[in-house]
Amino acid sequence: MGEWIDACAVGDVDCQDVIPVEIAGHHFAIIRAHEGDFYATDGFCTHERFPLAAGYVTGSTIECAKHNGTFNYKTGEGLEAPICVNLKTYRTRVADGRVFIELD
Amino acid sequence: MAAEHATRVVIVGGGECAARAAAVLRERGFAGPVVVIGEEAAPPYERPPLSKAALTDDEPAAVTVLSAAHAAERAIELRLGDRVEMVDPTASEVELSDGTRIGYDRLLLATGARARQLPVPGGERAASLRSLADATHLRTRLVSGASVVVIGAGFIGLEVAAAARRRGCRVTVIEALGRAMGRGVPDSVADVLVKRHIAEQVDLRFDTAVQAIEAHGDMSVVHVGSGGETLVADVVLAGVGAIPNTELAERAGLALDNGIAVDSALRTSDPAVWAAGDCCSMPHALYGDTRLRFESWRMARDQATVAAATMMGTDEICHSVPWFWSDQYDLTLQIVGLPGFAVDEVVRSNSDGTWVHFGRDSQGRLVSASTVAGPGNMGVFKSIKAAERLIAAGATPSPSVLADPGINLRSLL
Repeated sequence: MGEWIDACAVGDVDCQDVIPVEIAGHHFAIIRAHEGDFYATDGFCTHERFPLAAGYVTGSTIECAKHNGTFNYKTGEGLEAPICVNLKTYRTRVADGRVFIELD
Repeated sequence: MAAEHATRVVIVGGGECAARAAAVLRERGFAGPVVVIGEEAAPPYERPPLSKAALTDDEPAAVTVLSAAHAAERAIELRLGDRVEMVDPTASEVELSDGTRIGYDRLLLATGARARQLPVPGGERAASLRSLADATHLRTRLVSGASVVVIGAGFIGLEVAAAARRRGCRVTVIEALGRAMGRGVPDSVADVLVKRHIAEQVDLRFDTAVQAIEAHGDMSVVHVGSGGETLVADVVLAGVGAIPNTELAERAGLALDNGIAVDSALRTSDPAVWAAGDCCSMPHALYGDTRLRFESWRMARDQATVAAATMMGTDEICHSVPWFWSDQYDLTLQIVGLPGFAVDEVVRSNSDGTWVHFGRDSQGRLVSASTVAGPGNMGVFKSIKAAERLIAAGATPSPSVLADPGINLRSLL
């Protein structure tokens, strides 16, 4: 079991959007799906280390703003070139209006 | 009757477009032989970093997009260091420098473009930047204190200028025209980058022509302007445009029109031959089927994808929205669409200081969106993505809507 860390408030992220969160020097992208549920991934695209929080969220994918590499943010799977390396994902839960992510 | 054989695809070119087409053929289940013939010794690699990280990183590594191992895994025959001298459309064969002939059923020309040489006396003394070898060589010469003259304030020229400043060089940029980055970038957008270069102490000179380049020991003397001024430089680099590599196509009798002429399915005038990437010009449906030659990383990949599909007999056309970017210092420029088609412009200014420049055509359609942003402001690129979708849809948002930072562009989709 990992450690659950407070990442942000529920209201910090719009539906179909993403924000950057830095915890103890580690960067995460907190993504909120159209339906309102939360997902968390590593903060940088695996292609050229560009912040994914600048990316475009649609359906279950996030498209990196830099070179349009696309991931399934729920599984981390790289979907569209130039992605060769999958994205690390983290479990999330919501409690008392806060979003928590589980670190390894 | 000839024995039946599997359809063989031959791809001429060793760049990302060629690699992408080969990969897509396999992804989509093409089972016949695929041969990629590249002139460079290196396996296909990403070219955009050559004018960016490859010049500034302490230990730059080529970003390979189709390694020998990957090629072998996918049964792609990768012939590197081989130059195709001739396409023989009658025999359906290509001929290599050593006389070897390779037959094809479908041929894809992904021959790319080469750097234009500065047409002045001594112009050949200016380095160009197109290949990994060019970048490796340039990088060793960008040492602290070196004086660098960059000719041309386009994408390559300004990226090299930024990289050279990062490495502590003294940099002068000479531009023949009165502005940077040409027609593909709106004036006010290019100005943001120009101001940054000036703040970084780059000596940027517009409306200045290079007359000649002379050798002076290990240095070069660049004669500029009409007043007899000279600049002495350790490094001279020209970024003055690219010329599509059309010679093979021309000798094979294919139609040319500012590049190898293809239709929007990437077919040339020969039914067995396709072309894609920087070497071709293609009518684009979003721009009234105007024939356009793109020098765009993403367009080359998108055209490769469509070419692979149509070579396999699938009915597809390429209608991707053109997209360009540049990295200079810690700033990133992004342009989606073609600002050259805009007749009026609208700027959206956001409360966080970011902005997006929009272009609309004579029918009110959104045709371009661009911005420049630094670290901490990258969220503005979400607007570029939304704009891309609006452009693809032929949307006609009003100027007041575009200018209003309170309206999320996504709500217009």
